[in-house]
Amino acid sequence: MTELLEMKNVNKAFSGVQALSDVQFHLRHGEVHAFMGENGAGKSTLMKILTGVYQRDTGEVLLEGKAVEYANTAEAMADGVVIVHQELNMMGDLTVYENIFIGRESMNGFLINDRDNVKRARELFDVIGVSIDPYAKVDSLTVGQQQMVEIAKAVSHDAKIVVFDEPTSALTQTEINELFTIINDLKSKGIGIIYITHRMDEVFQISDRITVLRDGEYVGTVNTANTDKDELISMMVGRELTEEVKLASQVDDDAEVVLEVEHLSAGRMVKDVSFKLRKGEILGVSGLMGAGRTEMARLIYGAEQPESGTIKLHGEEVKIKTTEEAVAMGIGYLSEDRRRYGVLVDKNVAENTVLASIDKYVSSGLINDTRANADALEYNEMVKTKMTGVGQVVRTLSGGNQQKVIVAKWLLRDSEILIFDEPTRGIDVGAKAEIYEIMQELADEGKSIIMISSEMQEILRMSDRIVVMCEGNVTATLPIEGATQEEILSYAMMRKEV
Amino acid sequence: MGKRTIQNPIGRKDSRFVEMVKSQQFIAAAAMIVLYFVFWIFAPTFRGVNVITQILNSSYYLAFLGIGVTFVIATGGIDLSLGTVMGCAALLGGRLYSVNGLPMIVALLGTVLIAVVFSAINGYLIAFIRLPAFVATLGTQMMASGFGQIISNLEKTNWPARASEPGGAFKNAFQITISGEGKNVNIPTGLILLLIIVVIMSVILTKTKLGRYILSLGSNYEATRLSGINVRKYQFYAYIINGVFVGLAAIAYAAIYTSITAGFGAGQETNAIAGAVIGGTSLAGGIASIWGSLFGVVMMSVLKAGLPKIGLQSQWQLFLTGIIILVAVIIDVRRNKVSN
Repeated sequence: MTELLEMKNVNKAFSGVQALSDVQFHLRHGEVHAFMGENGAGKSTLMKILTGVYQRDTGEVLLEGKAVEYANTAEAMADGVVIVHQELNMMGDLTVYENIFIGRESMNGFLINDRDNVKRARELFDVIGVSIDPYAKVDSLTVGQQQMVEIAKAVSHDAKIVVFDEPTSALTQTEINELFTIINDLKSKGIGIIYITHRMDEVFQISDRITVLRDGEYVGTVNTANTDKDELISMMVGRELTEEVKLASQVDDDAEVVLEVEHLSAGRMVKDVSFKLRKGEILGVSGLMGAGRTEMARLIYGAEQPESGTIKLHGEEVKIKTTEEAVAMGIGYLSEDRRRYGVLVDKNVAENTVLASIDKYVSSGLINDTRANADALEYNEMVKTKMTGVGQVVRTLSGGNQQKVIVAKWLLRDSEILIFDEPTRGIDVGAKAEIYEIMQELADEGKSIIMISSEMQEILRMSDRIVVMCEGNVTATLPIEGATQEEILSYAMMRKEV
Repeated sequence: MGKRTIQNPIGRKDSRFVEMVKSQQFIAAAAMIVLYFVFWIFAPTFRGVNVITQILNSSYYLAFLGIGVTFVIATGGIDLSLGTVMGCAALLGGRLYSVNGLPMIVALLGTVLIAVVFSAINGYLIAFIRLPAFVATLGTQMMASGFGQIISNLEKTNWPARASEPGGAFKNAFQITISGEGKNVNIPTGLILLLIIVVIMSVILTKTKLGRYILSLGSNYEATRLSGINVRKYQFYAYIINGVFVGLAAIAYAAIYTSITAGFGAGQETNAIAGAVIGGTSLAGGIASIWGSLFGVVMMSVLKAGLPKIGLQSQWQLFLTGIIILVAVIIDVRRNKVSN
């Protein structure tokens, strides 16, 4: 019997960067196939190629032995290849049945035949065995119910393949059990299920086989019954370290504790987080997507308010209610999303650089632009921003150079504690090395750095100590000495039971 | 490394002069002058000092509205209420003087105060309650319109007709009329006042922390907030500045036109916003020019004065202003695209 899906030697590059190289993936009828890998391993990219969001550069995709290439998601859906997104894509103000059949409504001439649409929705819910009111507004449903609606929508396309992308991240245990019942039911109907997740326990509970990707390459496929957690983790991180690794912490254990966070909690994303940051230290914060690292940083920076817990600066408890207060206390934050939260794209390099330090240049109410420009130039030369001059509009700089302008901004501000959130995401190799150099120099000068990073190599190269987070909890604080990729990843996947 | 002289730290490709010529405020100024001479050539009755006086007179209050709303638009906001608030303020101030018999200084302060109160409501709703500016100012637009009708009882309100009347001295700030030899000579003092205010507000927008932060938060609210800046406070200030200018606009209108009818002011917000946009202020926020707004509103006054002289009535003014706004916005959008 032919396989349901064969993806062979799939290659995909984005503006010169190879995202997938010679990746393969096979799926049988009636199989739950788990798909694993670190952030950026290429799982999403491959699934987007499968469902027609992206088109492959080279390679072969066979659906039931027939070669296919989808130009868009509609074509994939027509073939029964559907995805249930992690971020639910629904119109919250519309009803359940309107969401399911949007674009495919039953019609009476020019009018929508609501009665028939509702009837079809009810039939779908019967098939997957859930009871949801087709007339309910989607916004009034729980996340779990919304997911059931998405599944119903997927099934309504006569699905052959259903891709689940981290389906359980927002679900309660009861809802997860319900979901697994549905998945097993779909499976018994011969539908192939691709299940993307970071949760080990679920993989062993629900999957038949597991395929692992690493850095855009195929690592292997194993039968779930014949493997264990350790093997999977070593498959996921078993890369040769091509970059240097910090061998020993460059900070004394008795160095002053600059920042101490105790039992910090806020909502679902940050739960009872505690750690210390020493003077001159680079504290790496590792974790998978959704681990709550950025949310934690925003609490320290006053961008959001914690529900409980304390923050101490130099041993003294502080309440940081606004970003203004955080900056005044000597904290700087460099966002992971530069364009949205970092730079003012339609302003020039100088205006961006001095933004957090304007007070320095105000005399009798007016800003002295000559001095501001001179300082902006000096600090941008220090971080080697490639620009025609400080009058260049930031929009026209590359990602790496935009990041350098932001670094220059905080250097000029002379912040004592710097939070780098994914400092090298989307930055070319050359600029990356320069950013690393600057960070290390800052630490050597006695600045303290919290570096949030999803890149293992970056964590191992830069950190003096490593904090690992998983689903809002700190699951480990590791010294750099002897830290391994396997150890970090296993803590990053270590869920604390609620 | 010692002190060094930095050659061209800005990295200008063009000279300051070329940069200025390329700016939209300059284009607006040039268009204004070209338009003036087009009318001058085609309409003999357009030539003369009286027409210039007429253009200036209808520019003062519009220019104040334009300057104020430029600060609001710079934050990425909008103010739909400024027309009716101006009307309401002019009615209230006029009645304080003519009905309640209060000293003119009280009437003038009352005029500005009521406008500031409305803008404080706008600023509070937008900066602190986080309502969309469009919705918040649509609400206050109706409130101000209704409030004006309530206090005026739908009656006409008169301000002093002559500077020589008691309380009329404030009119000298906009126009001094010297009578003699059977001929009146008007000296447009308002032009000097306006230019001084434009210079001051332009400096505030571009050279002070207040202005820089307003432009920054209009450019990227979150990034500005994450730079440790109290964005709400500065967003609120932008609306307060706007309120002061709405009050000044009410006074300018009263000084020139004397009588205020119920309903006056409604619709003026579109002229003020149009002037700002024509002058190069971006509706997306972050980019603004006070000089540009001045040229933008004066250009509309030129149109208003010139079109009847070539036989086209005010409906043509509306129609053509609409086209000019679209052209201005298209230039703005294209300029952003090019630099992308």
